[in-house]
Amino acid sequence: MNFPGPLRGILRGRNAPPSGTAAPAYALRPSSAPRRGGEEAVARPSRGLEEFFANIRGQSGLTILELGGATQQNVSFITNLGHRLYSLDFLQVLDETFGDSKVDQSNPGRIEYFLRQTLDHPDEYFDAVLIWDVLEYMEPPLLAAVVDRLRKIVRPKSYLLAFFHSEDKLEPVSVHTFRIQSVNAVQVAQRGARVPAQLFNNRGVEKLFGKFESVKFFLARDRLREIIVKA
Amino acid sequence: MSSMPVGRLDAESRGGAATIGKAVKIVGQIFSKEDLYVDGEIEGTVEAMENKLTIGPHGTAKAGIKAREVVLQGSLQGNVEATEKMEIKKDARLVGDVRTARIMIEDGAYFKGSIDIVKPEPKAAPKPQTSVAAPAPPASAATGALAFGPEKR
Repeated sequence: MNFPGPLRGILRGRNAPPSGTAAPAYALRPSSAPRRGGEEAVARPSRGLEEFFANIRGQSGLTILELGGATQQNVSFITNLGHRLYSLDFLQVLDETFGDSKVDQSNPGRIEYFLRQTLDHPDEYFDAVLIWDVLEYMEPPLLAAVVDRLRKIVRPKSYLLAFFHSEDKLEPVSVHTFRIQSVNAVQVAQRGARVPAQLFNNRGVEKLFGKFESVKFFLARDRLREIIVKA
Repeated sequence: MSSMPVGRLDAESRGGAATIGKAVKIVGQIFSKEDLYVDGEIEGTVEAMENKLTIGPHGTAKAGIKAREVVLQGSLQGNVEATEKMEIKKDARLVGDVRTARIMIEDGAYFKGSIDIVKPEPKAAPKPQTSVAAPAPPASAATGALAFGPEKR
């Protein structure tokens, strides 16, 4: 077959590229095996996750926001429950937007731009949010704006799950990838380290979510506090 | 509107996917009746309802995509409907919403958007042939769309 004019040469014969070797959609790695690139992964029970799923038990077709970035396990787990997942790597957008600048995180224009990049959704759009551990790395003005936006885009009486470190010094802490193993277990894999922008004790967390209906704490052994927030 | 000449273009018969190479940019509508591999740049829409679309590691697309199967290795901004499955490979970047029956996301991929898992519709029973004239080709075929498919002899 001859192609007319400039299109000759666009379509080159080629064997079909390999179809890839992605793992089956529902396959899980051994829960405590070290992961690629030296990323250590540990599976552990999660009371916060248990509470989160208990609150949406028996429902399907919910729209769930996840801020930790897409992972196969979480996508499979959430969608297998019949829910729709909206996924976002919040920390990556934070870095892309602000870089190392802490000053910009107080700039109203930059804050608004960041919110458009991350949480630009209609009011009461989501039925639940998996925040994971992304909130600790924002300066107070940006964090307040993010929490305020989260409150607007979730339905009243919906639940949010967040993790906060329990360190009492502003030193680098592990940033994690959380992979859901079951309704009450999560695999926690370190994906780097960063210095929190501020420290939170329980009172500080309650104050942060002061406009929400309630905040419930669960302690874990790995210096992460799990927090269920009810909108 | 396509930057390429208007017309129907059939890929050479070679048993592989039709390829849009690295140095090629297409703006407009692409219809494909065979597997399509994009390692260049596309802007617009791509429909390969019964076939597989692969966006290669150098491929970038700003496009709405409908295909049987979509494999993303490069960058895509746009919504995807993949009736059978969608694969987002390591280092791929997708900003857009996905509707598919099955999705696979490798670690290291960047994804921002929603995922709707939809069960594939049962295939309709074949309709008996009628003597009614076939409908006219879609208007887009005359407005700069590209169509890829096996050569008819």
